Amino acid sequence: MKYFYYPGCSLTASAREYDLATRALMTAAGATLSEIDDWTCCGASAAAPISDLLALSLSARNLALAEQTATDGQILVPCSACYLNLKKAHDALHNDAEGRATINDALAAVGLTATGSVRVRHLLEVLAVDLGAAGLAPLVTRSLAGLSVAPYYGCQCLRPYTEFDDPERPVSMEPLIETTGAAVYTWEMGARCCGASLVSTQPEAGLERVCAILKAAKAADLIVTVCPMCQMNLDAWQAKASGMAGEDLSITVLYLPQLLGLALGLGHHRLGLDLNLAVKKGFFEKIEQA
Amino acid sequence: MYPHPAPTPPTTDDDSTALDHIRSMVSACIQCGTCTGSCPNAPEMDMTPRRMWRLVILGRLSDVMASRTFILCSDCYTCTLRCPRGLPLTAAMEALKGIAFARKEARHRSSRLFYEKFMQTVKRYGRIREMAFMTRYFTAMKSPMAPLRFAPLGLKLIGKGKVEMGFDKSAATPLDALFEKVAALERTAADSLEEENHG
Repeated sequence: MKYFYYPGCSLTASAREYDLATRALMTAAGATLSEIDDWTCCGASAAAPISDLLALSLSARNLALAEQTATDGQILVPCSACYLNLKKAHDALHNDAEGRATINDALAAVGLTATGSVRVRHLLEVLAVDLGAAGLAPLVTRSLAGLSVAPYYGCQCLRPYTEFDDPERPVSMEPLIETTGAAVYTWEMGARCCGASLVSTQPEAGLERVCAILKAAKAADLIVTVCPMCQMNLDAWQAKASGMAGEDLSITVLYLPQLLGLALGLGHHRLGLDLNLAVKKGFFEKIEQA
Repeated sequence: MYPHPAPTPPTTDDDSTALDHIRSMVSACIQCGTCTGSCPNAPEMDMTPRRMWRLVILGRLSDVMASRTFILCSDCYTCTLRCPRGLPLTAAMEALKGIAFARKEARHRSSRLFYEKFMQTVKRYGRIREMAFMTRYFTAMKSPMAPLRFAPLGLKLIGKGKVEMGFDKSAATPLDALFEKVAALERTAADSLEEENHG
């Protein structure tokens, strides 16, 4: 397994543990990640309202850089918002001749061209499809039995592109979680929006979304996520959400590759577990006892 | 495969042109309300998405702009997925945000500044530098209270070494040339559209 790697801005700062855990897990699984040299921001959710062409061109710049190295490669993207933006650019380049021409007009300003030949793939898709439970099982050295894990998928790895899972009732994390020995917590909130940037721009609305998800996960030991925005909304605002709800909503929230990495016996430091904002007291002890 | 929406023409002073484009995106709406029933943020909206699409079709721009409904779209794509007419509703929500920002609607000032300052940071550095972005945002907000809401989180992140403080200047890749080329291409597209309309 060989992939280009697009970490995206969050993974260089507030989601550093997601970057560390992704690299550690993929390396342990025998994959080679080569980070796209000089990658830049995908435009996040801010570029499209200002200009569609700007959003597409920002993402296409990164696809063009990857294409320079290998025209038939695949880009591994851990952030769901980056994934969606790169995918939209890929789609416009690959399926729409007029779109391809306009985007390349813009890219000419930075001396690049893109054709859309490189595939864009979310980390969850790569873990669920390329590695799969069958690939993961022989690597597991430590059982996580006794843990109840709430899989949280969020939105943009599932919708609007429906590449690898059911967009409303996703299940792709379940075989991976079960392979670690942990139990999958059954709930209805796995594909429900976390509020995304509303938590910053319209907090009264955004925090309601966070509250609803944390409330539904109360009986689980932890939530696992596959997006830095979802992770931040669910782990950084727990005190505020608890205040709003009038009950304690604190819960451990890990990135999926951190949980899988624990089952592979990878060290806490390699998985960035000292960087997480929400790990309940006694959580690691519970794993040790499993 | 998700159908790729046609590129939105840039917003000009002539708002009807911009709204016309969104109207064409939702003109096949049958007012079934699946979007409203699917929207996680509908409880906070002052107008249901279904009603807003009706007003868009009727061309009632000022009524739409006075509402917070489109600003509360968090891009979850549930309505786009479920719409029985297959309309690109999330893209239409984004386009409405674009019109509100271009018109500098007072009601949507803080959201506009958040988006604008974010993109200015990307233009300057190529990547998001959280400290640079938040400093620009708070300065533009001109509200002494604005930073307070983020202060506890900011301190927590700094304590964990999770904030890009901007020391690593060598990594910056300014994108001014790309931003300017996009703006030039959009001006050309707007001019030719105008010629078509008046020609």
